[in-house]
Amino acid sequence: MRIAIGPSGSRAPQRSAPAPPAANGLPPSWPPCQWRRAVLRQDGGARPPRRRKGRGLSAGVRWRRRRRAGRTMLRASLRQVSAALKEGRVTPTELCQRCLALIKSTKFLNAYITVTEETALKQAEESEERYKRGQPLGILDGIPIAVKDNFNTAGIETTCASNMLKGYISPYNATVVQKLLDQGAVLLGKTNLDEFAMGSGSTDGVFGPVRNPWSYSKQYKEKSIPKSHSEDKEPDWVISGGSSGGSAAAVSSFTCFAALGSDTGGSTRNPAAHCGVVGLKPTYGLISRHGLIPLVNSMDVPGILTRCVDDAAVLLGSLAGHDPKDSTTIQDDFKPFELPNLTDVSKLSIGIPKEYHAPGLSSEILAFWSKAADLFKNAGAKVVEVSLPHTRYSIVCYHVLCTAEVASNMARFDGLEYGHRSDVKDSTESMYAATRREGFNDVVRGRILSGNYFLLKQNYEKYFVKAQKVRRLIASDFGKVFRSGVDILLTPTTLSDAAPYTEFIQEDNRTRSAQDDILTQAANMAGLPAINVPTALSERGLPVGLQFIGRSFQEKQLLTVAKWFEKQVQFPVIQLEEVKRHDSGVFQQQKSASFS
Amino acid sequence: MRVLSLGRWLRAGRVPPRGRVRLNSGHRHSGHRPQAPPQGPAQQKVSVEVLDHLEHLALVDFRDSEGVERLQKAIQFADQLHEVNTDGVEPMDSVLEDRCLYLREDDVTEGNCTKELLENARETVEEYFVAPPGNIPLLKLEEQNTYLQGSK
Repeated sequence: MRIAIGPSGSRAPQRSAPAPPAANGLPPSWPPCQWRRAVLRQDGGARPPRRRKGRGLSAGVRWRRRRRAGRTMLRASLRQVSAALKEGRVTPTELCQRCLALIKSTKFLNAYITVTEETALKQAEESEERYKRGQPLGILDGIPIAVKDNFNTAGIETTCASNMLKGYISPYNATVVQKLLDQGAVLLGKTNLDEFAMGSGSTDGVFGPVRNPWSYSKQYKEKSIPKSHSEDKEPDWVISGGSSGGSAAAVSSFTCFAALGSDTGGSTRNPAAHCGVVGLKPTYGLISRHGLIPLVNSMDVPGILTRCVDDAAVLLGSLAGHDPKDSTTIQDDFKPFELPNLTDVSKLSIGIPKEYHAPGLSSEILAFWSKAADLFKNAGAKVVEVSLPHTRYSIVCYHVLCTAEVASNMARFDGLEYGHRSDVKDSTESMYAATRREGFNDVVRGRILSGNYFLLKQNYEKYFVKAQKVRRLIASDFGKVFRSGVDILLTPTTLSDAAPYTEFIQEDNRTRSAQDDILTQAANMAGLPAINVPTALSERGLPVGLQFIGRSFQEKQLLTVAKWFEKQVQFPVIQLEEVKRHDSGVFQQQKSASFS
Repeated sequence: MRVLSLGRWLRAGRVPPRGRVRLNSGHRHSGHRPQAPPQGPAQQKVSVEVLDHLEHLALVDFRDSEGVERLQKAIQFADQLHEVNTDGVEPMDSVLEDRCLYLREDDVTEGNCTKELLENARETVEEYFVAPPGNIPLLKLEEQNTYLQGSK
């Protein structure tokens, strides 16, 4: 059997005419569907019809190909699908409809709080008009995107997964949301999170926990120990990480091509590592926080979750830049960039901070980290061990600063101007107290009370100012390392792969956050950019990611290195039954992980 | 390819145990269980007066013993900060402290959104938000029927 390369790059076996024709003149060994199209040769044999060159395909074939392309589009990257939209291989409406259908069929993941079907379809139709006229707004025109539910979106309920804001319809768009809509992106809905972005598992919101799509992947199911012989019993699903778990699950399960999250202590990188997607935390001050309901004003940044590093660069290009409505954005001009294809890493210096070998780091992740370091060394880069001596105090420092700023930021929720309002009418204070008692969950209340304790007059110097001083030490640790010639730091993102939900909820939110944020939040302390790149699958078949931390405002260098690394590791595509059912082919060949 | 252990890059191997961050021991499902943290000197319990004061400040209640326990643990966790020597170190407010905060021109650029802002409030009268009577302090601890009163 000859193997020929077909037009889409897939290898389809073509049969040559083997046996002599039967009495009716048709070759017997061919399937019936081929007979009608067979071309009889002079010698009595037959050959299969050759595809007509040029664009002479029948309408039926074109429709079938477009339909098949539409299904496989869901697994493509943002740039690939944007190119397809431009060439007309798929329409924005079709894409939007497929994403919405997939959201419906993956509802059990609980990744979305609000799905804005009508608005999304309307935006998709408008985008289609623009494509027909040949005037798309840009690379993001027509691309379905999801946004975490702590960003304000005009006319759409914004809840922060809390009873306090249930039913709150924002009157304005957050700057980042507005920028996306101005470029024609299609907003599919708002994703689930931990209440007010406090947590590291996306398990503490009022709409329920988010399930990691990898819990339902073939790779995880094959490796998990069967609990019973019954097929009906649900496997022990794993958490998606937090607090932007819904966004990460949405991108990972192919319901959207990119999602916005927020990152205060690792809230974008942690779920990105657990869900096997790229999670970028930009430098503090690069992207506007206007409209992002704040948790910690001095550390929050909007985070970007995508399937590959190139897409993250595209989204960063669309979102970064000065915003007059956010005075903490820098005024420097930001120029969007294309990532070069790095071939020579010999001029690069990679730092391995020894303190990131934290207690509790699983041996698997340690092995992957080690392999990654070797990968860079073998490619010619300079790999050095560095020291960030105050790393072990960063989580304590974060705990104090976070609770203190939270105590201040949550003071705005009193029920008077927006949000939930209690029925108590005796006095303003009692109404406020009752509203806040009813609206906040234990986690939020706990942090508010701790924050108020650290801000008491007798404790202010002892805790709050002390934590600010330790923050300076942590930031200057990074400064020293980067000044000594190191370009990028390579560290693990999480201590282990995703935990099963039943195990995760054994400990309370604060303990879990303290454990899970330990590797990610030092970058927030110092305001540095950091990215999680999915690296390989663990023994249990779940994704594991590694983190790169770069210098302030040097996202181009950081993303270039991350892209090179991503190309080297070839992280496998998730094999989800839901998407597989609709997939009749693979848009792009993906080898299984050469890294594991 | 032979797996090279990270020890090559981390000459010290594991982080030395002295001064290790004391986390409450979590259950790591991948089999690696960190040791239980050594207990510090007996924690001074936060007094009921302070707890009550916090409730008044924050306008949020502890609700039950778990809430108080949570605060105790948070304070115990934060006490580790005192191990760090910060003599001569200035507190850091923002990572952008080296840049100038700018002022924009004092021109009105937006506004006139009274209707949208009032839409989200539950009780409004004309263009006012309606609040219950003010200047009435919250009930004192003795008069309340909350958890803290019971724990006194």
